[in-house]
Amino acid sequence: MAEARFSIYRYDPERNDKPTMQDYTLADVGDDMMLLDALLELKKKDETLGFRRSCREGVCGSDAMNINGRNGLACITPLAELKQPVTLRPLPGRPVIRDLIVDLSQFYQQYRAVKPYLTVHDPLPEVELLQSPEDREKLDGLYECILCACCSTACPSFWWNPDKFRGPAALLQSWRFLADSRDQDTDARLDDLQGPYKLFRCHTIMSCVDVCPKGLNPTRAIGKIKDLMIKRSV
Amino acid sequence: MALRRRKFDSLIIGAGGGGLRAALQLSQADAQVAVVSKVFPTRSHTVAAQGGVNAALANVSEDNWHWHMFDTIKGSDYLGDQDAIEYMCRAASRIVYELEHSGVPFSRLDNGRIYQRAFGGQSKNFGGDQATRTCAAADRTGHAILHSLYQQNIRAKTHFFDEYFAIDLIKDDAGYVLGALVMEIETGEPLLIEAKTTLLATGGAGQLFRTTTNALINTGDGMAMALRAGVPLQDMEFFQFHPTGIAGKGMLITEGVRGEGGYLVNGEGERFMERYAPHAKDLASRDVVSRAIFIEIRDGRGCGPNKDHVLLKVDHLGPDVIKKRLPGIRDLCLTFLHSDPIESPIPVSPTAHYTMGGIPTNRFGQVVTPERHGPEEVVPGLYAAGECACVSVHGANRLGGNSLLDILVFGRAAANHIIDTLKESRYHRGIPDASIEQAMARLARWDQKGEGESVEGLRAELTKAMEDHCGVFREQAILDEGVKKVQALAARMGDVRLTDHSKIFNTARIEALELENLMDIALATVTSAQARTESRGAHSRVDFPDRDDEHWLKHSLYFHDGTLDYKPVRMKPMSVDSFPPKARVY
Repeated sequence: MAEARFSIYRYDPERNDKPTMQDYTLADVGDDMMLLDALLELKKKDETLGFRRSCREGVCGSDAMNINGRNGLACITPLAELKQPVTLRPLPGRPVIRDLIVDLSQFYQQYRAVKPYLTVHDPLPEVELLQSPEDREKLDGLYECILCACCSTACPSFWWNPDKFRGPAALLQSWRFLADSRDQDTDARLDDLQGPYKLFRCHTIMSCVDVCPKGLNPTRAIGKIKDLMIKRSV
Repeated sequence: MALRRRKFDSLIIGAGGGGLRAALQLSQADAQVAVVSKVFPTRSHTVAAQGGVNAALANVSEDNWHWHMFDTIKGSDYLGDQDAIEYMCRAASRIVYELEHSGVPFSRLDNGRIYQRAFGGQSKNFGGDQATRTCAAADRTGHAILHSLYQQNIRAKTHFFDEYFAIDLIKDDAGYVLGALVMEIETGEPLLIEAKTTLLATGGAGQLFRTTTNALINTGDGMAMALRAGVPLQDMEFFQFHPTGIAGKGMLITEGVRGEGGYLVNGEGERFMERYAPHAKDLASRDVVSRAIFIEIRDGRGCGPNKDHVLLKVDHLGPDVIKKRLPGIRDLCLTFLHSDPIESPIPVSPTAHYTMGGIPTNRFGQVVTPERHGPEEVVPGLYAAGECACVSVHGANRLGGNSLLDILVFGRAAANHIIDTLKESRYHRGIPDASIEQAMARLARWDQKGEGESVEGLRAELTKAMEDHCGVFREQAILDEGVKKVQALAARMGDVRLTDHSKIFNTARIEALELENLMDIALATVTSAQARTESRGAHSRVDFPDRDDEHWLKHSLYFHDGTLDYKPVRMKPMSVDSFPPKARVY
């Protein structure tokens, strides 16, 4: 590949009141370059370009953005697989702070609201709580979430009710603890999710599953929570 | 505008495993604690730790903390402080059980206990057969631990300052550290956080090198802050090169791959570690394996068209083991190599990984420095824990699985000491304006406009110089030139100018501040390496191939003015007999 073209959302609240799309070109891009590598190259030329990044390998969740219309992590998205010009926008539905950097505070608030921590009421032993490999396996596909926010910001229900609907990321974590054989807070967790919004605004559109860069399935997790609620009520 | 101020009992800078473990302990003790982090906590580099955390739980085979202690001391090439190592290894089991209780989804054995795997440099019975000591959550142990600790901090209602960058420590004339000046990244506004105690938990400086397993945020900020506050950095010449980074790219391939039975082969298809470490083979200490790979490549026995790497063979483990125990590694290979380790071996080469050196502390996490009366006087109010600190439990070479243990044990130990300190200090001391002004000047410096060098240009030159002059093998002439080069680069820092002077989420300014920090740490590293004329652990001198206990069984201390000092290694453990230096063979 010789050259790559980009169209990138720019917004700096100090300089201009309207966001614009800015074109960039990068010469001599390598075959195995990731999108993040390209962004780092662009930043060398234009240090005003703002985006978050850290681990470069898809585990820290910093560099989530909307890439050609689809949410993903720049560091594990091969540049060669992207149609040009590569159009980069901030994650949708969240207030933009600057360029590709969005304000995720409401996303984090919803995460905190599901009490995403193991709760054990019994006295704790001096050694580990036992868990069978089969029970541990139930956490696979749940605990790996990196809180990148790709899913929740791709979810139409979250766009409309980000203050009331917990969103796929938070609900995946809710199920992660409901599914944990060690957790003893099932009733309280389910009680907390009652009502028309927190859980039930999920209309199984499955955008979350489509975009999750870790291959996780929040829709299935939400379905399991709903099943458990029904099971409890009968 | 008046400088905004907040007041807490305790300030923690850094929200990786060390900072979060300390924060949890403090919040649970009802201390008012502020955690400042330049990234949202779960983006901290602990998240990238893969293989596991060492503790002699004996879930798989017989084990005890005393064997773990011996392995750690031997691994450190006898430069580790034996009191701190005893403390860490004794505390290990409890710290892992606590983690489990806090929700970490450890992999499990059939009997429901925590899964443990083999890792490098670990033995039964003081150098006997391979031990199975590393507690793992698949190959995402750091992620599992970091998220669980963050979650428990949510429960404990710890106060977080997410995306705040620490500028400098605030200190009074009596030498007390009284908090820090930080900057809210979103607004660019400075904020003074006053605290009776300040804990630095800012991680390592892997961004010193061009090819590194480390995240872009690992710029040694806390170490440089300590240096500027008059604290020396200890043992900075000891930088670990991990044997298995993805060749040319740097992503970490955990030692757990070899722990699960993977092994290295050279271009001739030979399992070459048998020659270098006949007993431990591929699970010898990291310094030993990295040197072996380096020698194989140097002598023309590398793999690939350029013979510049070796291969890590795993396909014989079978798809079940790989999918269950090493899913993250498989993902990395599929993403970055477009190949599946179930079918093809992984190209690897030694890659910059871990800063053994750091801010000198005792085993309570208190920062210690030679001041008036002795080499280890406490800096009042200042603590450090984790990779930014040098307790020293890793000495000249860290064992795999001991870094997660270090951050947890000493994060908690520091918090416990802070809790005691808070009982004695009822009031905040007054903050002198001069200290604030000094820190504000560091920030204001980047408002300078005009022509100048770029941050990126200087940073690229720095990481290249470090790679060329301070790598796996070192010798006098190359180090001398390295010191000159880095000094010349440091001298050019004053000419660097930003073109972006905006306030709101200005990442260019953060990178400039980070480069300043890196520059100080590069000087510390290369200067300490130049002076040490022996080979010990990760510091391998071609011109001084042997360990020299007579002259060099001592810690280096590098000061901000470029001078070096030394202090003795603590050879006396807390309760057991000392392990005297022996020849180190694996």
